[in-house]
Amino acid sequence: MVSLELLKDHETVRSAPVTEAEALVDVRRLNLWYGKKQALYDISVRFPRNQITAIIGPSGCGKSTLLRSLNRMNDLVPGVRVEGEVLYEGVNIYDPRVDPVAVRRQIGMVFQKPNPFPKTIFENVAFGLRLMGFKGSELEDRVVEALKRAALWNEVQDRFRKESGLRLSGGQQQRLCIARAIAVEPPLLLMDEPTSALDPIATQAIEDLITGLKQHYTVVIVTHNMQQAARVSDRTLFMHLGVLVEEGPTELIFTKPKHPYTEAYITGRFG
Amino acid sequence: MEILKQRPSRNPKEVLTFVLLVSLSSVTLLTTLGVILSLVGDVVQFFRRVPLLEFLLAPEWTPLFAEPRYGIAPLIAGTFLVTAIALLVAIPLGLSLAIYLAEYASGSTRPRIKGTLELFEGIPTVVFGYFALLFVTPLLQWAIPDLNIFNPLSAGLVMGFAIIPYVSNVAADAMESVPRSIREAAYALGARPYEVALRVVFPAAISGIIAAIILATSRAIGETMIVAIAAGQRPTLTLDPRETIATMTSYIVQAATGDQPTGSTAFYALFAVGFTLFLLTLLLNILAQWVVERYRERYE
Ligand SMILES: Nc1ncnc2c1ncn2[C@@H]1O[C@H](COP(=O)(O)OP(=O)(O)O)[C@@H](O)[C@H]1O
Ligand SMILES: [Mg+2]
Repeated sequence: MVSLELLKDHETVRSAPVTEAEALVDVRRLNLWYGKKQALYDISVRFPRNQITAIIGPSGCGKSTLLRSLNRMNDLVPGVRVEGEVLYEGVNIYDPRVDPVAVRRQIGMVFQKPNPFPKTIFENVAFGLRLMGFKGSELEDRVVEALKRAALWNEVQDRFRKESGLRLSGGQQQRLCIARAIAVEPPLLLMDEPTSALDPIATQAIEDLITGLKQHYTVVIVTHNMQQAARVSDRTLFMHLGVLVEEGPTELIFTKPKHPYTEAYITGRFG
Repeated sequence: MEILKQRPSRNPKEVLTFVLLVSLSSVTLLTTLGVILSLVGDVVQFFRRVPLLEFLLAPEWTPLFAEPRYGIAPLIAGTFLVTAIALLVAIPLGLSLAIYLAEYASGSTRPRIKGTLELFEGIPTVVFGYFALLFVTPLLQWAIPDLNIFNPLSAGLVMGFAIIPYVSNVAADAMESVPRSIREAAYALGARPYEVALRVVFPAAISGIIAAIILATSRAIGETMIVAIAAGQRPTLTLDPRETIATMTSYIVQAATGDQPTGSTAFYALFAVGFTLFLLTLLLNILAQWVVERYRERYE
Protein backbone atom coordinates (compact mmCIF):
# COMPACT_ATOMS: atom_id res chain seq x y z
CA MET A 1 0.00 0.00 0.00
CA VAL A 2 2.92 2.32 0.62
CA SER A 3 4.40 2.97 -2.78
CA LEU A 4 6.63 5.53 -4.34
CA GLU A 5 4.02 6.31 -6.96
CA LEU A 6 1.65 7.48 -4.28
CA LEU A 7 4.31 9.75 -2.83
CA LYS A 8 6.04 11.16 -5.88
CA ASP A 9 3.88 14.21 -6.45
CA HIS A 10 3.19 14.40 -2.82
CA GLU A 11 2.95 17.85 -1.34
CA THR A 12 4.60 17.78 2.06
CA VAL A 13 2.02 18.15 4.81
CA ARG A 14 3.13 21.06 6.97
CA SER A 15 1.99 22.26 10.37
CA ALA A 16 3.05 25.62 11.74
CA PRO A 17 5.47 26.25 8.85
CA VAL A 18 8.77 27.95 9.56
CA THR A 19 8.98 31.47 8.16
CA GLU A 20 11.85 32.59 5.97
CA ALA A 21 13.06 34.90 8.73
CA GLU A 22 13.24 32.11 11.30
CA ALA A 23 15.12 29.77 9.00
CA LEU A 24 18.87 29.24 9.21
CA VAL A 25 18.67 26.70 6.39
CA ASP A 26 16.13 26.80 3.61
CA VAL A 27 16.01 23.74 1.36
CA ARG A 28 14.22 24.39 -1.92
CA ARG A 29 13.08 21.64 -4.27
CA LEU A 30 16.06 19.44 -3.60
CA ASN A 31 16.50 16.35 -5.76
CA LEU A 32 19.47 14.02 -5.43
CA TRP A 33 20.67 11.03 -7.43
CA TYR A 34 23.32 8.42 -6.68
CA GLY A 35 24.22 7.54 -10.26
CA LYS A 36 20.88 6.62 -11.83
CA LYS A 37 19.12 6.00 -8.55
CA GLN A 38 17.15 8.94 -7.19
CA ALA A 39 17.41 9.20 -3.41
CA LEU A 40 15.66 12.52 -2.68
CA TYR A 41 12.49 13.80 -4.38
CA ASP A 42 11.70 17.48 -4.50
CA ILE A 43 12.34 18.25 -0.85
CA SER A 44 11.50 21.68 0.49
CA VAL A 45 11.90 22.42 4.16
CA ARG A 46 13.20 25.10 6.52
CA PHE A 47 15.31 24.52 9.61
CA PRO A 48 14.74 27.21 12.27
CA ARG A 49 17.57 28.83 14.19
CA ASN A 50 18.38 27.68 17.72
CA GLN A 51 15.99 24.82 17.52
CA ILE A 52 16.41 21.11 17.22
CA THR A 53 14.89 19.45 14.18
CA ALA A 54 14.66 15.68 14.05
CA ILE A 55 14.49 13.63 10.86
CA ILE A 56 12.74 10.28 11.24
CA GLY A 57 11.65 7.57 8.84
CA PRO A 58 12.31 3.94 7.97
CA SER A 59 15.78 2.75 7.07
CA GLY A 60 16.88 3.76 3.56
CA CYS A 61 14.34 6.59 3.23
CA GLY A 62 17.05 9.19 2.66
CA LYS A 63 17.53 10.71 6.12
CA SER A 64 21.31 10.57 5.97
CA THR A 65 21.29 11.73 2.37
CA LEU A 66 19.23 14.81 3.22
CA LEU A 67 21.45 15.55 6.22
CA ARG A 68 24.63 15.16 4.20
CA SER A 69 23.37 17.48 1.49
CA LEU A 70 23.21 20.26 4.07
CA ASN A 71 27.03 20.41 4.34
CA ARG A 72 27.91 19.02 0.92
CA MET A 73 29.34 15.80 2.32
CA ASN A 74 27.57 14.00 -0.54
CA ASP A 75 30.07 15.63 -2.88
CA LEU A 76 32.55 13.00 -1.69
CA VAL A 77 30.43 10.20 -3.15
CA PRO A 78 31.38 9.54 -6.78
CA GLY A 79 28.48 9.90 -9.20
CA VAL A 80 26.28 12.11 -7.05
CA ARG A 81 24.08 14.69 -8.76
CA VAL A 82 22.12 17.41 -7.00
CA GLU A 83 19.35 19.70 -8.26
CA GLY A 84 17.63 22.43 -6.33
CA GLU A 85 18.93 24.81 -3.69
CA VAL A 86 20.06 24.73 -0.12
CA LEU A 87 20.15 28.28 1.23
CA TYR A 88 22.34 28.73 4.26
CA GLU A 89 22.04 32.24 5.70
CA GLY A 90 20.42 33.08 2.37
CA VAL A 91 23.34 31.79 0.26
CA ASN A 92 22.84 28.77 -1.98
CA ILE A 93 25.63 26.40 -0.95
CA TYR A 94 25.33 24.61 -4.30
CA ASP A 95 26.15 27.77 -6.22
CA PRO A 96 29.19 26.95 -8.40
CA ARG A 97 31.06 29.86 -6.84
CA VAL A 98 30.77 28.35 -3.36
CA ASP A 99 33.72 26.35 -2.00
CA PRO A 100 32.38 23.19 -0.33
CA VAL A 101 35.28 23.28 2.14
CA ALA A 102 34.16 26.70 3.34
CA VAL A 103 30.64 25.32 3.78
CA ARG A 104 31.89 22.43 5.91
CA ARG A 105 33.86 24.78 8.14
CA GLN A 106 30.58 26.52 9.01
CA ILE A 107 28.64 23.36 9.67
CA GLY A 108 29.58 20.68 12.17
CA MET A 109 28.79 17.00 11.77
CA VAL A 110 28.57 14.06 14.16
CA PHE A 111 28.39 10.57 12.73
CA GLN A 112 26.57 7.37 13.59
CA LYS A 113 29.62 5.52 14.84
CA PRO A 114 32.03 7.53 16.98
CA ASN A 115 35.03 8.23 14.75
CA PRO A 116 37.75 9.97 16.75
CA PHE A 117 41.11 10.44 15.06
CA PRO A 118 43.91 8.20 16.32
CA LYS A 119 45.34 11.22 18.10
CA THR A 120 45.24 12.54 21.66
CA ILE A 121 41.97 13.89 23.05
CA PHE A 122 43.47 17.37 22.81
CA GLU A 123 44.51 16.96 19.17
CA ASN A 124 41.10 15.57 18.26
CA VAL A 125 39.36 18.70 19.46
CA ALA A 126 42.13 20.97 18.16
CA PHE A 127 41.93 19.57 14.62
CA GLY A 128 39.32 21.91 13.17
CA LEU A 129 40.70 24.86 15.13
CA ARG A 130 44.16 24.27 13.70
CA LEU A 131 42.69 24.18 10.19
CA MET A 132 41.30 27.63 10.92
CA GLY A 133 44.70 28.88 12.09
CA PHE A 134 44.24 28.87 15.87
CA LYS A 135 47.47 28.54 17.89
CA GLY A 136 48.88 28.78 21.38
CA SER A 137 46.78 29.72 24.38
CA GLU A 138 43.73 30.64 22.32
CA LEU A 139 43.73 27.16 20.85
CA GLU A 140 44.05 25.60 24.29
CA ASP A 141 41.22 27.70 25.70
CA ARG A 142 38.91 26.74 22.87
CA VAL A 143 39.74 23.05 23.27
CA VAL A 144 38.98 23.12 27.00
CA GLU A 145 35.80 25.11 26.42
CA ALA A 146 34.58 22.58 23.84
CA LEU A 147 35.33 19.65 26.14
CA LYS A 148 33.32 21.39 28.88
CA ARG A 149 30.37 22.04 26.58
CA ALA A 150 30.44 18.43 25.45
CA ALA A 151 30.27 17.35 29.11
CA LEU A 152 33.52 15.44 28.83
CA TRP A 153 35.87 17.75 30.70
CA ASN A 154 35.37 16.27 34.16
CA GLU A 155 36.18 12.80 32.94
CA VAL A 156 39.30 13.65 30.96
CA GLN A 157 40.83 16.78 32.45
CA ASP A 158 43.75 14.96 34.03
CA ARG A 159 44.74 13.04 30.91
CA PHE A 160 43.40 14.82 27.82
CA ARG A 161 46.82 15.86 26.55
CA LYS A 162 48.35 12.41 26.59
CA GLU A 163 45.57 9.88 26.14
CA SER A 164 44.46 8.77 22.69
CA GLY A 165 40.83 9.47 21.81
CA LEU A 166 40.54 5.80 20.88
CA ARG A 167 41.10 4.77 24.50
CA LEU A 168 37.80 6.31 25.64
CA SER A 169 34.56 4.37 26.02
CA GLY A 170 32.00 4.51 23.20
CA GLY A 171 29.87 7.16 24.86
CA GLN A 172 32.93 9.24 25.72
CA GLN A 173 34.19 8.91 22.16
CA GLN A 174 30.90 10.25 20.84
CA ARG A 175 31.03 13.20 23.24
CA LEU A 176 34.61 13.75 22.05
CA CYS A 177 33.31 13.84 18.47
CA ILE A 178 30.69 16.38 19.54
CA ALA A 179 33.40 18.46 21.24
CA ARG A 180 35.49 18.25 18.08
CA ALA A 181 32.54 19.44 15.99
CA ILE A 182 31.50 22.32 18.25
CA ALA A 183 35.05 23.54 18.97
CA VAL A 184 34.97 25.63 15.80
CA GLU A 185 31.62 27.13 16.89
CA PRO A 186 29.60 26.08 13.86
CA PRO A 187 26.20 27.80 13.83
CA LEU A 188 24.71 24.56 12.54
CA LEU A 189 25.34 21.06 13.89
CA LEU A 190 24.27 17.96 11.96
CA MET A 191 23.98 14.64 13.77
CA ASP A 192 23.39 11.32 12.06
CA GLU A 193 21.97 8.82 14.57
CA PRO A 194 24.56 9.88 17.14
CA THR A 195 23.43 7.42 19.80
CA SER A 196 22.65 4.34 17.73
CA ALA A 197 25.95 2.69 18.72
CA LEU A 198 25.64 3.54 22.42
CA ASP A 199 24.13 1.99 25.53
CA PRO A 200 21.14 3.65 27.29
CA ILE A 201 23.23 5.48 29.88
CA ALA A 202 25.60 6.95 27.31
CA THR A 203 22.56 7.78 25.16
CA GLN A 204 21.00 9.66 28.06
CA ALA A 205 24.19 11.71 28.51
CA ILE A 206 24.28 12.62 24.82
CA GLU A 207 20.58 13.54 24.76
CA ASP A 208 21.04 15.85 27.74
CA LEU A 209 23.95 17.39 25.93
CA ILE A 210 21.98 17.90 22.71
CA THR A 211 19.10 19.69 24.42
CA GLY A 212 21.65 21.97 26.08
CA LEU A 213 23.32 22.80 22.77
CA LYS A 214 20.23 24.58 21.52
CA GLN A 215 21.21 27.85 23.21
CA HIS A 216 24.24 28.23 20.97
CA TYR A 217 23.54 26.11 17.96
CA THR A 218 20.95 25.03 15.47
CA VAL A 219 20.77 21.25 15.43
CA VAL A 220 19.46 18.80 12.86
CA ILE A 221 19.44 15.23 14.14
CA VAL A 222 18.63 12.05 12.28
CA THR A 223 17.30 9.36 14.54
CA HIS A 224 16.05 5.87 14.26
CA ASN A 225 14.55 6.13 17.67
CA MET A 226 11.16 7.85 17.80
CA GLN A 227 11.24 8.33 21.56
CA GLN A 228 14.48 10.16 21.10
CA ALA A 229 12.96 12.45 18.47
CA ALA A 230 10.05 13.11 20.82
CA ARG A 231 12.38 13.80 23.76
CA VAL A 232 14.92 16.12 22.18
CA SER A 233 13.42 17.88 19.18
CA ASP A 234 11.30 20.96 18.61
CA ARG A 235 10.29 20.01 15.10
CA THR A 236 10.16 16.69 13.30
CA LEU A 237 10.42 15.68 9.66
CA PHE A 238 9.01 12.35 8.58
CA MET A 239 10.52 10.94 5.39
CA HIS A 240 9.62 7.92 3.34
CA LEU A 241 11.17 6.59 0.10
CA GLY A 242 13.08 9.81 -0.49
CA VAL A 243 10.02 12.00 -0.03
CA LEU A 244 9.37 14.41 2.82
CA VAL A 245 5.90 13.25 3.85
CA GLU A 246 5.13 15.52 6.75
CA GLU A 247 6.81 18.10 8.93
CA GLY A 248 5.79 20.19 11.89
CA PRO A 249 6.21 20.77 15.60
CA THR A 250 7.28 17.52 17.25
CA GLU A 251 4.33 17.46 19.62
CA LEU A 252 1.85 17.67 16.77
CA ILE A 253 3.62 15.07 14.65
CA PHE A 254 3.54 12.61 17.53
CA THR A 255 0.08 13.33 18.87
CA LYS A 256 -1.90 14.43 15.82
CA PRO A 257 -0.14 13.28 12.65
CA LYS A 258 -2.02 14.40 9.57
CA HIS A 259 -0.73 12.03 6.95
CA PRO A 260 -1.72 8.36 7.19
CA TYR A 261 1.87 7.21 6.58
CA THR A 262 3.14 9.35 9.41
CA GLU A 263 0.52 7.95 11.70
CA ALA A 264 1.31 4.40 10.63
CA TYR A 265 5.01 4.98 11.27
CA ILE A 266 4.76 6.57 14.69
CA THR A 267 2.27 4.02 15.90
CA GLY A 268 4.54 1.23 14.72
CA ARG A 269 2.11 -0.19 12.16
CA PHE A 270 4.44 0.51 9.27
CA GLY A 271 5.89 -1.55 6.50
CA MET B 1 26.51 -39.39 23.70
CA GLU B 2 27.23 -39.92 20.02
CA ILE B 3 28.17 -36.33 19.47
CA LEU B 4 31.03 -36.44 21.94
CA LYS B 5 32.77 -39.24 20.10
CA GLN B 6 33.17 -37.35 16.87
CA ARG B 7 36.18 -35.34 17.82
CA PRO B 8 37.48 -33.50 14.78
CA SER B 9 41.07 -34.57 15.40
CA ARG B 10 40.06 -38.23 14.93
CA ASN B 11 38.70 -37.60 11.48
CA PRO B 12 41.26 -39.15 9.06
CA LYS B 13 41.07 -36.28 6.55
CA GLU B 14 41.57 -33.81 9.36
CA VAL B 15 44.61 -35.74 10.58
CA LEU B 16 46.08 -36.02 7.09
CA THR B 17 45.70 -32.31 6.41
CA PHE B 18 47.30 -31.51 9.73
CA VAL B 19 50.28 -33.80 9.13
CA LEU B 20 50.74 -32.43 5.63
CA LEU B 21 50.67 -28.82 6.74
CA VAL B 22 53.00 -29.42 9.66
CA SER B 23 55.52 -31.28 7.52
CA LEU B 24 55.46 -28.63 4.81
CA SER B 25 56.03 -25.83 7.29
CA SER B 26 58.78 -27.82 8.98
CA VAL B 27 60.56 -28.23 5.64
CA THR B 28 60.66 -24.46 5.22
CA LEU B 29 61.75 -23.91 8.77
CA LEU B 30 64.38 -26.65 8.66
CA THR B 31 65.83 -25.34 5.40
CA THR B 32 66.22 -21.90 6.93
CA LEU B 33 67.81 -23.37 10.02
CA GLY B 34 70.07 -25.53 7.84
CA VAL B 35 71.27 -22.49 5.92
CA ILE B 36 72.03 -20.65 9.14
CA LEU B 37 73.80 -23.64 10.70
CA SER B 38 75.96 -24.32 7.64
CA LEU B 39 76.93 -20.65 7.72
CA VAL B 40 77.72 -20.82 11.41
CA GLY B 41 80.25 -23.63 10.91
CA ASP B 42 82.26 -21.58 8.44
CA VAL B 43 81.86 -18.44 10.51
CA VAL B 44 83.36 -20.26 13.50
CA GLN B 45 86.27 -21.34 11.30
CA PHE B 46 86.84 -17.72 10.36
CA PHE B 47 86.90 -16.46 13.91
CA ARG B 48 89.39 -19.17 14.87
CA ARG B 49 91.83 -17.50 12.53
CA VAL B 50 90.87 -13.84 12.85
CA PRO B 51 90.16 -12.19 16.21
CA LEU B 52 86.72 -10.63 16.57
CA LEU B 53 88.30 -7.29 17.43
CA GLU B 54 90.24 -7.26 14.18
CA PHE B 55 86.99 -7.97 12.33
CA LEU B 56 85.11 -5.20 14.10
CA LEU B 57 87.81 -2.52 14.33
CA ALA B 58 90.39 -2.87 11.58
CA PRO B 59 90.05 -0.08 9.02
CA GLU B 60 90.82 -2.21 5.98
CA TRP B 61 89.38 -5.22 4.22
CA THR B 62 92.15 -6.82 2.14
CA PRO B 63 91.85 -10.62 2.38
CA LEU B 64 93.98 -11.22 -0.71
CA PHE B 65 96.96 -9.07 0.23
CA ALA B 66 100.22 -10.61 1.32
CA GLU B 67 99.48 -9.20 4.77
CA PRO B 68 95.69 -9.48 4.80
CA ARG B 69 93.47 -7.29 6.98
CA TYR B 70 89.93 -8.33 7.89
CA GLY B 71 88.14 -5.21 9.07
CA ILE B 72 84.44 -5.24 8.12
CA ALA B 73 84.13 -1.44 8.55
CA PRO B 74 84.87 -0.50 4.91
CA LEU B 75 82.23 -2.93 3.68
CA ILE B 76 79.68 -1.66 6.18
CA ALA B 77 80.52 1.92 5.23
CA GLY B 78 80.03 1.04 1.55
CA THR B 79 76.70 -0.63 2.25
CA PHE B 80 75.62 2.27 4.42
CA LEU B 81 76.55 4.84 1.79
CA VAL B 82 74.70 3.17 -1.08
CA THR B 83 71.69 2.42 1.12
CA ALA B 84 71.51 6.00 2.39
CA ILE B 85 71.61 7.42 -1.14
CA ALA B 86 68.98 4.92 -2.28
CA LEU B 87 66.69 5.85 0.62
CA LEU B 88 67.14 9.57 -0.06
CA VAL B 89 65.59 8.85 -3.45
CA ALA B 90 63.09 6.15 -2.53
CA ILE B 91 61.53 7.64 0.62
CA PRO B 92 60.34 11.01 -0.72
CA LEU B 93 59.34 9.65 -4.12
CA GLY B 94 57.83 6.44 -2.75
CA LEU B 95 55.82 8.22 -0.08
CA SER B 96 54.56 10.89 -2.47
CA LEU B 97 53.46 8.13 -4.77
CA ALA B 98 51.79 6.33 -1.86
CA ILE B 99 49.85 9.46 -0.89
CA TYR B 100 48.81 9.92 -4.48
CA LEU B 101 47.71 6.29 -4.75
CA ALA B 102 45.81 6.20 -1.48
CA GLU B 103 44.17 9.63 -1.52
CA TYR B 104 44.03 11.00 -5.04
CA ALA B 105 44.04 8.19 -7.61
CA SER B 106 40.55 7.14 -8.69
CA GLY B 107 39.30 3.63 -8.06
CA SER B 108 40.26 2.46 -11.55
CA THR B 109 43.69 4.09 -11.93
CA ARG B 110 44.92 2.91 -8.54
CA PRO B 111 45.24 -0.81 -9.37
CA ARG B 112 46.74 0.04 -12.77
CA ILE B 113 49.51 2.14 -11.25
CA LYS B 114 50.15 -0.41 -8.53
CA GLY B 115 50.35 -3.15 -11.15
CA THR B 116 52.84 -1.15 -13.19
CA LEU B 117 54.95 -0.62 -10.10
CA GLU B 118 54.89 -4.34 -9.39
CA LEU B 119 56.11 -4.99 -12.93
CA PHE B 120 58.87 -2.45 -12.35
CA GLU B 121 59.74 -4.35 -9.20
CA GLY B 122 60.18 -7.47 -11.34
CA ILE B 123 62.87 -6.03 -13.64
CA PRO B 124 66.10 -8.01 -13.04
CA THR B 125 68.48 -5.85 -11.04
CA VAL B 126 71.31 -6.63 -13.44
CA VAL B 127 69.49 -4.40 -15.92
CA PHE B 128 69.45 -1.58 -13.39
CA GLY B 129 73.15 -2.22 -12.73
CA TYR B 130 74.17 -1.70 -16.33
CA PHE B 131 71.79 1.22 -16.64
CA ALA B 132 73.64 2.85 -13.74
CA LEU B 133 77.09 2.07 -15.11
CA LEU B 134 76.51 2.87 -18.78
CA PHE B 135 73.96 5.66 -18.64
CA VAL B 136 73.72 7.34 -15.23
CA THR B 137 77.42 7.39 -14.39
CA PRO B 138 78.49 9.18 -17.62
CA LEU B 139 75.69 11.67 -17.04
CA LEU B 140 76.85 12.29 -13.47
CA GLN B 141 80.49 12.51 -14.53
CA TRP B 142 79.51 15.35 -16.78
CA ALA B 143 78.31 17.26 -13.71
CA ILE B 144 80.87 15.92 -11.19
CA PRO B 145 84.20 15.64 -13.04
CA ASP B 146 86.16 13.74 -10.35
CA LEU B 147 83.54 11.01 -10.05
CA ASN B 148 84.99 7.52 -10.44
CA ILE B 149 83.57 5.24 -13.11
CA PHE B 150 82.55 2.89 -10.34
CA ASN B 151 80.88 4.92 -7.61
CA PRO B 152 78.17 4.53 -4.96
CA LEU B 153 76.37 7.70 -6.07
CA SER B 154 75.20 6.29 -9.36
CA ALA B 155 74.48 2.85 -7.90
CA GLY B 156 72.59 4.40 -4.97
CA LEU B 157 70.47 6.68 -7.16
CA VAL B 158 69.44 3.88 -9.48
CA MET B 159 68.82 1.52 -6.58
CA GLY B 160 66.64 4.22 -5.06
CA PHE B 161 64.39 4.08 -8.10
CA ALA B 162 64.45 0.30 -8.10
CA ILE B 163 63.12 0.12 -4.53
CA ILE B 164 60.41 2.79 -4.91
CA PRO B 165 57.69 0.14 -5.34
CA TYR B 166 58.60 -1.44 -2.01
CA VAL B 167 58.02 1.88 -0.29
CA SER B 168 55.04 3.08 -2.30
CA ASN B 169 52.92 -0.06 -2.48
CA VAL B 170 53.32 -1.10 1.15
CA ALA B 171 52.81 2.46 2.39
CA ALA B 172 49.77 2.90 0.13
CA ASP B 173 48.26 -0.32 1.50
CA ALA B 174 48.76 1.01 5.01
CA MET B 175 47.12 4.32 4.13
CA GLU B 176 44.23 2.68 2.31
CA SER B 177 43.45 0.59 5.37
CA VAL B 178 42.78 3.70 7.46
CA PRO B 179 38.99 3.64 7.98
CA ARG B 180 36.86 5.81 5.74
CA SER B 181 34.97 7.11 8.76
CA ILE B 182 38.08 8.93 9.92
CA ARG B 183 38.58 10.60 6.55
CA GLU B 184 34.94 11.68 6.64
CA ALA B 185 35.43 13.22 10.07
CA ALA B 186 38.26 15.32 8.68
CA TYR B 187 36.35 16.37 5.58
CA ALA B 188 33.35 17.32 7.70
CA LEU B 189 35.60 19.65 9.69
CA GLY B 190 36.50 21.43 6.46
CA ALA B 191 39.85 19.80 5.73
CA ARG B 192 41.09 19.91 2.15
CA PRO B 193 42.21 16.67 0.51
CA TYR B 194 45.91 17.37 1.12
CA GLU B 195 45.15 18.15 4.77
CA VAL B 196 43.25 14.91 5.13
CA ALA B 197 46.17 13.04 3.57
CA LEU B 198 48.95 14.72 5.55
CA ARG B 199 47.31 15.43 8.91
CA VAL B 200 45.04 12.43 9.31
CA VAL B 201 45.72 9.48 7.01
CA PHE B 202 49.52 9.67 6.99
CA PRO B 203 49.90 9.80 10.79
CA ALA B 204 47.23 7.15 11.25
CA ALA B 205 49.15 4.82 8.94
CA ILE B 206 52.57 5.66 10.36
CA SER B 207 53.34 2.16 11.61
CA GLY B 208 52.79 0.65 8.17
CA ILE B 209 54.73 3.48 6.56
CA ILE B 210 57.73 2.98 8.84
CA ALA B 211 57.56 -0.74 8.21
CA ALA B 212 57.57 -0.05 4.46
CA ILE B 213 60.70 2.08 4.86
CA ILE B 214 62.44 -0.53 6.98
CA LEU B 215 61.64 -3.27 4.49
CA ALA B 216 62.92 -1.11 1.64
CA THR B 217 66.08 -0.50 3.69
CA SER B 218 66.63 -4.18 4.13
CA ARG B 219 66.09 -4.63 0.39
CA ALA B 220 68.69 -1.94 -0.31
CA ILE B 221 71.20 -3.53 2.07
CA GLY B 222 70.75 -6.93 0.49
CA GLU B 223 70.72 -5.66 -3.10
CA THR B 224 73.66 -7.14 -4.96
CA MET B 225 73.78 -6.73 -8.73
CA ILE B 226 73.44 -2.97 -8.98
CA VAL B 227 76.27 -2.32 -6.54
CA ALA B 228 78.47 -5.11 -7.88
CA ILE B 229 78.22 -3.66 -11.37
CA ALA B 230 78.12 0.07 -10.76
CA ALA B 231 79.66 0.86 -7.35
CA GLY B 232 82.89 -1.03 -7.78
CA GLN B 233 84.67 -3.73 -5.84
CA ARG B 234 87.34 -1.90 -3.91
CA PRO B 235 86.59 -1.82 -0.15
CA THR B 236 87.30 1.71 1.03
CA LEU B 237 86.55 3.22 4.40
CA THR B 238 84.93 6.39 3.17
CA LEU B 239 81.61 8.20 3.01
CA ASP B 240 82.57 10.10 -0.13
CA PRO B 241 80.05 9.08 -2.81
CA ARG B 242 82.53 9.80 -5.61
CA GLU B 243 85.02 7.10 -4.64
CA THR B 244 84.97 3.50 -5.66
CA ILE B 245 83.81 1.27 -2.80
CA ALA B 246 82.56 -2.22 -2.10
CA THR B 247 79.51 -3.28 -0.15
CA MET B 248 79.05 -6.48 1.81
CA THR B 249 77.02 -7.96 -1.01
CA SER B 250 79.36 -6.93 -3.81
CA TYR B 251 82.26 -8.39 -1.86
CA ILE B 252 80.41 -11.67 -1.55
CA VAL B 253 79.81 -11.78 -5.32
CA GLN B 254 83.41 -10.96 -5.97
CA ALA B 255 84.74 -13.55 -3.55
CA ALA B 256 82.32 -16.26 -4.55
CA THR B 257 83.21 -15.88 -8.22
CA GLY B 258 86.91 -15.47 -7.43
CA ASP B 259 89.46 -18.19 -6.80
CA GLN B 260 90.10 -18.32 -3.05
CA PRO B 261 91.09 -21.89 -2.24
CA THR B 262 88.50 -23.69 -0.13
CA GLY B 263 89.60 -23.70 3.48
CA SER B 264 91.70 -20.53 3.27
CA THR B 265 90.99 -17.63 5.62
CA ALA B 266 89.85 -15.53 2.67
CA PHE B 267 87.37 -18.27 1.86
CA TYR B 268 85.93 -18.28 5.38
CA ALA B 269 85.84 -14.48 5.36
CA LEU B 270 83.12 -14.75 2.77
CA PHE B 271 80.90 -16.47 5.32
CA ALA B 272 81.71 -13.98 8.04
CA VAL B 273 80.51 -11.18 5.77
CA GLY B 274 77.48 -13.16 4.72
CA PHE B 275 76.58 -13.81 8.33
CA THR B 276 76.93 -10.13 9.23
CA LEU B 277 74.62 -9.26 6.35
CA PHE B 278 72.16 -11.90 7.50
CA LEU B 279 72.15 -10.58 11.08
CA LEU B 280 71.66 -7.01 9.89
CA THR B 281 68.67 -7.81 7.68
CA LEU B 282 67.19 -10.05 10.34
CA LEU B 283 67.45 -7.23 12.87
CA LEU B 284 65.77 -4.82 10.47
CA ASN B 285 62.91 -7.22 9.84
CA ILE B 286 62.40 -7.76 13.55
CA LEU B 287 62.45 -4.00 14.03
CA ALA B 288 59.81 -3.63 11.31
CA GLN B 289 57.55 -6.16 13.00
CA TRP B 290 58.04 -4.52 16.36
CA VAL B 291 57.14 -1.10 14.94
CA VAL B 292 53.99 -2.44 13.32
CA GLU B 293 52.89 -4.10 16.57
CA ARG B 294 53.84 -1.22 18.81
CA TYR B 295 52.31 1.63 16.83
CA ARG B 296 49.35 -0.01 15.17
CA GLU B 297 46.09 1.78 15.85
CA ARG B 298 43.14 -0.26 16.95
CA TYR B 299 39.94 1.36 15.87
CA GLU B 300 37.39 -0.49 17.95
N1 LIG C 1 26.86 6.23 -1.40
C1 LIG C 1 25.73 5.75 -1.91
N2 LIG C 1 25.72 5.25 -3.16
C2 LIG C 1 24.57 4.76 -3.69
N3 LIG C 1 23.40 4.73 -3.07
C3 LIG C 1 23.34 5.22 -1.83
C4 LIG C 1 24.50 5.75 -1.17
N4 LIG C 1 24.15 6.16 0.07
C5 LIG C 1 22.83 5.89 0.18
N5 LIG C 1 22.34 5.33 -0.95
C6 LIG C 1 20.94 4.92 -1.19
O1 LIG C 1 20.12 6.03 -1.00
C7 LIG C 1 18.98 5.70 -0.25
C8 LIG C 1 18.90 6.55 1.00
O2 LIG C 1 19.95 6.18 1.86
P1 LIG C 1 20.21 6.89 3.23
O3 LIG C 1 20.16 8.36 3.04
O4 LIG C 1 21.49 6.35 3.78
O5 LIG C 1 18.99 6.39 4.10
P2 LIG C 1 18.74 6.43 5.68
O6 LIG C 1 19.81 7.27 6.29
O7 LIG C 1 17.38 7.01 5.83
O8 LIG C 1 18.77 5.02 6.15
C9 LIG C 1 19.07 4.22 0.04
O9 LIG C 1 18.28 3.53 -0.91
C10 LIG C 1 20.51 3.90 -0.17
O10 LIG C 1 20.67 2.60 -0.66
MG1 LIG D 1 21.33 6.71 7.68
